[in-house]
Amino acid sequence: MNSHIQVKNLNVFYGKSQALKNINLEIPRNQITVIMGPSGCGKTTLLKSFNRFIELDEMTRISGQVKVDEQDIYARDIDVTEVRKTIGLLSQRPYPLPMSIYENVAHGLRMHRMKKGKNEFDQAVQHYLQVAGLWDEVKDRLHEPATSLSIGQQQRLCLARGLAIEPEIILGDEPTSALDPISSQHIEKILMSLKKDYTIVVVTHILRQAKRLADYVIFMYLGEVVEAGTAQQIFEDPQMERTKGYLSGQF
Amino acid sequence: MGLKKHWQRRHVVEAIFKYVMLISFVLVLACLGYILWTVFSKGLPSLTWAMISQTPKGGYYLGKEGGILNAILGSLYLAMGGTLLAVLIGLPIALYLQTYLRKSHWGKFIRISLDILWGIPSIVYGAFGFSVMLAVGMRSSLLGGIIVLALLELPIMVRAMDEVLQQMPKDLEHAALAIGATKLEVALKIVVRQMMSGIISAILLAFGRGIGDAASVLFTAGYTDRVPTSLTNPAASLPLAIFFQLSTPFPEVQQRAYASALVLTIIVLAVSLGSRWLSVRLSKYSIK
Repeated sequence: MNSHIQVKNLNVFYGKSQALKNINLEIPRNQITVIMGPSGCGKTTLLKSFNRFIELDEMTRISGQVKVDEQDIYARDIDVTEVRKTIGLLSQRPYPLPMSIYENVAHGLRMHRMKKGKNEFDQAVQHYLQVAGLWDEVKDRLHEPATSLSIGQQQRLCLARGLAIEPEIILGDEPTSALDPISSQHIEKILMSLKKDYTIVVVTHILRQAKRLADYVIFMYLGEVVEAGTAQQIFEDPQMERTKGYLSGQF
Repeated sequence: MGLKKHWQRRHVVEAIFKYVMLISFVLVLACLGYILWTVFSKGLPSLTWAMISQTPKGGYYLGKEGGILNAILGSLYLAMGGTLLAVLIGLPIALYLQTYLRKSHWGKFIRISLDILWGIPSIVYGAFGFSVMLAVGMRSSLLGGIIVLALLELPIMVRAMDEVLQQMPKDLEHAALAIGATKLEVALKIVVRQMMSGIISAILLAFGRGIGDAASVLFTAGYTDRVPTSLTNPAASLPLAIFFQLSTPFPEVQQRAYASALVLTIIVLAVSLGSRWLSVRLSKYSIK
């Protein structure tokens, strides 16, 4: 497998309780990997260890390695802002920044000094709003507050904001859970179209969504990876009893 | 079915408490109304153009001509200078508390220190400031007054900002961190923008404390009949002007004290309304 992310002996503790137990994984490049499992199984914790969000909680301790292209992102000489630039996150609820629609996309570009001059900014903003499927809806009101958009539009804006800083990996933490069915479908479609250029990892507890999106599946239970494999393997021929149980709706 | 209301103890308690709250509210409102009425009714007749456009001429405190321009401008310079200085020092403290110290031991220690400073009477700030000024050979001056007012305003401003910044949605901070912002960039570009209206309220609160205070500027800024033209000049202030005019035995001068109070009230009102307008404008993009 051509893996983009490799996890080795990853353990995460919240205070005294262990949220992730000795995780070993590989995540394939340019595919959609879905992490699924019942609530509280550590899916989100695992996802947040990929962009070092896990350390924002001061009570957290972490050991082991997360390698992106062979580089351990927890190594001492790693710049965490570069990690988060390379690995974007689409969160559960959209949180646009307190600025205009245009500035939401331009902010990251400016922060990372990626573009110069109004023209370059205008082009980049238009391009990423188009990729996120939002351009036609907002092109006449780019300078209105981001909060004037609907929740579904806000989530696509957040996607455009994340894509603008040219990440290689996109993480999605139940990115459709706050959205209506049509907006959810929209986001799913965009994710499908993005996988040719990006490695995508999505956490979901919706089995049907997992089946629609996944090329590769990781099934977790109680802080451990029970089974991981291609979508075909997991959905059609699961090996572990727990996976079978989960897929048949037992818990 | 027993759906009808039977007066039980808890219903009585609720009714009583509702009235207690209402009475407290009316009491506060009545006090405010009475204060405003006193200031307006006693001050308005003596409030002339000369009062606000002239400095005191010889014999002003005996009821002859002149005005309180020295105190109006003095107070504005002092309070604005003090508030500006306090913002320059206070906003970084508040951001540091929220961004890096949070609920650590140091954070708690600094918050308690600020709360203690907040409780110290302003005359102590004045006396402390004046003794330091004497030690370094400074005379009563606009600069001295500004520095002491900034110190007086700092605790209330920082604690008010601290409370405001605690309301910052964590998810919004995370949204900015997720695109690779440093903590400092989040603080300066996202937190300040999002919480602007609260920050302005905190500044306003501190400004109100500063412009209304007489004791801290009594020695440090001094008092003069002239309008200060440099930071080393002494400066008059409205609270002291009110005090001096009220303590004369002449009724017409006492009337002018009320007019001075009216001017001070109008300044505070104008600054409040102005900052409210500013805060609405600046929080146009805030995430609700």
